Amino acid sequence: MIAAAPPLAAQGCASVPVLRERGQREVFCGLTGIVWLHRKMPDAFFLVVGSRTCAHLLQSAAGVMIFAEPRFATAIIEERDLAGLADANEELDRVVRRLLARRPEIRTLFLVGSCPSEVIKLDLARAAQRLAGAFLPDVRIVNYSGSGIETTFTQGEDACLASLVPFMPAQAADAEPQLLIVGALPDIVEDQLLRLVRDLGITNVACLPARESRDLPALGPNTRFLLAQPFLGDTAQALEDRGAVHLPAPFPFGAEGTTDWLHAAARAFGIDEMHFRSTVAPGRERAKRALEHSRAQLEGKSIFFLPDSQLELPLARFLHAELGMIPVEVGTPYLHRAHMAAELAQLPQTTVISEGQDVDRQLDRVRASRPDITVCGLGLANPLEAEGFTTKWAIELVFSPIHGFDQAGDLAELFARPLRRRDVLRV
Amino acid sequence: MQLSVWTYEGPPHIGAMRVATGMTDVHYLLHAPQGDTYADLLFTMIERRGKRPPVTYTTFQARDLGKDTAELFQSAARDAVARFKPAAMLVGASCTAELIQDDPAGMAQAMRLDIPVIPLELPSYSRKENWGASETFYQIVRALAVGDSSRPAPCQAGSPRPKANLLGPSALGFRHRDDIVEVAKILAALGVEINVTAPLGASAADIARIGEADFNIVLYPEIADTAARWLERKFRQPFTRTIPIGHGATIDFIHEVAKLAGVDPAPALDMAEARMPWWSRSVDSTYLTGKRVFIFGDATHAIAAARVARDELGFVVCGLGCYNREFARDIRAAAAEHGVEPLITDDHLEVEDAIAAAHPELVLGTQMERHIAKRLSIPCAVISAPVHVQDFPARHSPQMGFEGANVLFDSWVHPLVMGLEEHLLTMFRDDFEFHDGAGASHLSHGSTKTAPVADPAAASPGAEPVAAPVLAAVAAAAHGESDSVAPGGDVLEIARWTAEAETELKKIPFFVRGKARRNTERYAEERGLASISLDTLYDAKAHYAR
Repeated sequence: MIAAAPPLAAQGCASVPVLRERGQREVFCGLTGIVWLHRKMPDAFFLVVGSRTCAHLLQSAAGVMIFAEPRFATAIIEERDLAGLADANEELDRVVRRLLARRPEIRTLFLVGSCPSEVIKLDLARAAQRLAGAFLPDVRIVNYSGSGIETTFTQGEDACLASLVPFMPAQAADAEPQLLIVGALPDIVEDQLLRLVRDLGITNVACLPARESRDLPALGPNTRFLLAQPFLGDTAQALEDRGAVHLPAPFPFGAEGTTDWLHAAARAFGIDEMHFRSTVAPGRERAKRALEHSRAQLEGKSIFFLPDSQLELPLARFLHAELGMIPVEVGTPYLHRAHMAAELAQLPQTTVISEGQDVDRQLDRVRASRPDITVCGLGLANPLEAEGFTTKWAIELVFSPIHGFDQAGDLAELFARPLRRRDVLRV
Repeated sequence: MQLSVWTYEGPPHIGAMRVATGMTDVHYLLHAPQGDTYADLLFTMIERRGKRPPVTYTTFQARDLGKDTAELFQSAARDAVARFKPAAMLVGASCTAELIQDDPAGMAQAMRLDIPVIPLELPSYSRKENWGASETFYQIVRALAVGDSSRPAPCQAGSPRPKANLLGPSALGFRHRDDIVEVAKILAALGVEINVTAPLGASAADIARIGEADFNIVLYPEIADTAARWLERKFRQPFTRTIPIGHGATIDFIHEVAKLAGVDPAPALDMAEARMPWWSRSVDSTYLTGKRVFIFGDATHAIAAARVARDELGFVVCGLGCYNREFARDIRAAAAEHGVEPLITDDHLEVEDAIAAAHPELVLGTQMERHIAKRLSIPCAVISAPVHVQDFPARHSPQMGFEGANVLFDSWVHPLVMGLEEHLLTMFRDDFEFHDGAGASHLSHGSTKTAPVADPAAASPGAEPVAAPVLAAVAAAAHGESDSVAPGGDVLEIARWTAEAETELKKIPFFVRGKARRNTERYAEERGLASISLDTLYDAKAHYAR
């Protein structure tokens, strides 16, 4: 049952009780992140150590094509690896040798743990160390887990980026203050944000992940970081452990979200307020104009988010605060209260915030509340459409450029298009 | 460990899902970690089903492993039975749950549910999707079929309407939906009643009366062979061996069914819609003669395609193989008949090498081979699973029966250059429209490249996705980059063309120019020639002439 939200004087949803569910979770595992991470880091290869299921997942979720060998693959554990006939470590070394011989352009190899490798306790951290001895300096070997028993969908990126933090060089003690933007963004969006930040007057700025996987920025107490993605709890912790300071901010979605996000950096770097305003004004105005195209379609419409990528809360905030949509329920696979504080504060108190999932019960709530649009995974979208619900595929929100001023209109359009389509179809 | 980039088959529990999803009232309780639910999208997105697959996943996480995953399993079982009220429940484990050894079968039986519970043992680390489907269907039939073999044999029964079961079609099958329609038409013409079609569209109650049929028709041996063999022992139901793919095989199939049913085959043989034989004899098809075709797929579709290619289109089979080792023996026999080496592998890189070495003019394969053929600039048609969203067309598009043979003619011949064009174009070869850069109008990617280099337009990952196209499309949009052909491959020493030979080459119509260039270079390479002269070009032409 949904606990009724008690009326509180506090801001928005910040102190509203969260509905916690532990049932069937209809979500991807963290391996799925490889689909966008391998494209973001063109000189890195992702080797999943797992089962045929892992390989099948990547192929089905990636859907990418076979024009070339992609920069990911699966070392499929076979019966003889389990039976101890073949030493799994020796087998892994053999597979890695064969792979790197075939792909000499690879500079970083990620050994990615999976459910089976975790359960049989195959120690990939040790394997990475062992292999580093053989392949450094040509290839850096890094490991992280994208297993479903430990990670949900975008947490795979979190685990991947966190695994890179120990490789970031230490900043000199007297280093000039540095701004670090954390989270994989499409190159074009990253470039837009970097231009804005530099126009503000912050010259020492870097990104994690870097486009060259070996070109990692330095890190230390003079680093201030902004999270560009809302699912990077472990990465943020790893950065803080090395002295970097997190700049709390709403996530950069929409005109206001992007402004607030940049404002957090401007304040931390002592940028003059007038200069900040004049620098962001053109982008902000463009974003607002772009949003107007979708306003009529979205304003006053109700929306239900099923848990998927952890983008749900920031997106619900954007749709509510900037386009007047009514979030009925916002599900997230995992709620990081500190990183989400600014988002929760802007959501209406009537919104149910749920963490985790019991998919059948949640679908019952969708049917009961009859939202105008439901944001859900690919396994659920067509079945809901068949029941008469309008849906938006959550995964498109992960793959599309949606951050920043100049994508605000596109982001709104992603939600407006299914509604418009519903209106125009006569079949 | 096996290094795998792309796989032809999923794990065996995907096969079990295909059987359960095909049926109407069977639920599958799968002990599996969070993330294995990705499999739902195969059915809802690739096949565009309007219902979720009838599968409950326990979706355990790391924190559950320390506690009691068994309790999680049992509560999921109780919830699934209460919510979905299935007539029977399959229980099993995916690869990870197999390792934690919770014994789903034992747990489910201990719960004493009031519906039949069918335990599945699908070894994830040694078996694959087709095997999983076959084993699941067999276990369902074994568990639910009732009756005995005391029924009189069909031919002596004097029954006015012989009955047959159609076995093998499943969810996510390659054209199964449409094949059933064609086979049903044949059976109607023969006066044979369909007792049960299974698993696709069958209920648990239908399976219970599967023994009432006089014989079985096995449409997809990969899924139904094991069950059919058991039914033959249990109910003395004989089963068909011919797969009605192609015109000749359809006729053979009609005779086989008529014999098993004890009826006259003639009504089914008189089918006006069998256009394929005439289309193939029509003079414009002459150019198809001797085209070299490389065939790869599941064993059943590959073997059937080889017969159609040779006997009904006049092609030459230059390669034949399958990815499912369970049927390797059948592929070996067929390959021997066609005089080629059988290729039995699930490594697509090996298939790519074999295709490149065979120099085919047409590839008949799976979606994997479609991509390989595209890279090599060879026309291709898809004949087999693994399936792609394009393999579920809105229109009726069977592979089986007479209409299926018509579809094969259209879909295999279409990718080849039209024969009449070949002659006309020779006449116009000096016209400016036929310059090097003008693509062939029938090839949408318009590649007239002489070597399989990555074409940035053709190689856009968004343009030709394999599974869920949406994801690839948006991924491409998001990052605006594309994988290119892996660098670091062996660079062959290619002989230099003399200016005179190069000029002559340009006079050859563009749609055969690439082949002429490849053949000439191969000819020169095999003879160790350092340069290619006008003579080399015509020597090579004579060498490869037929």
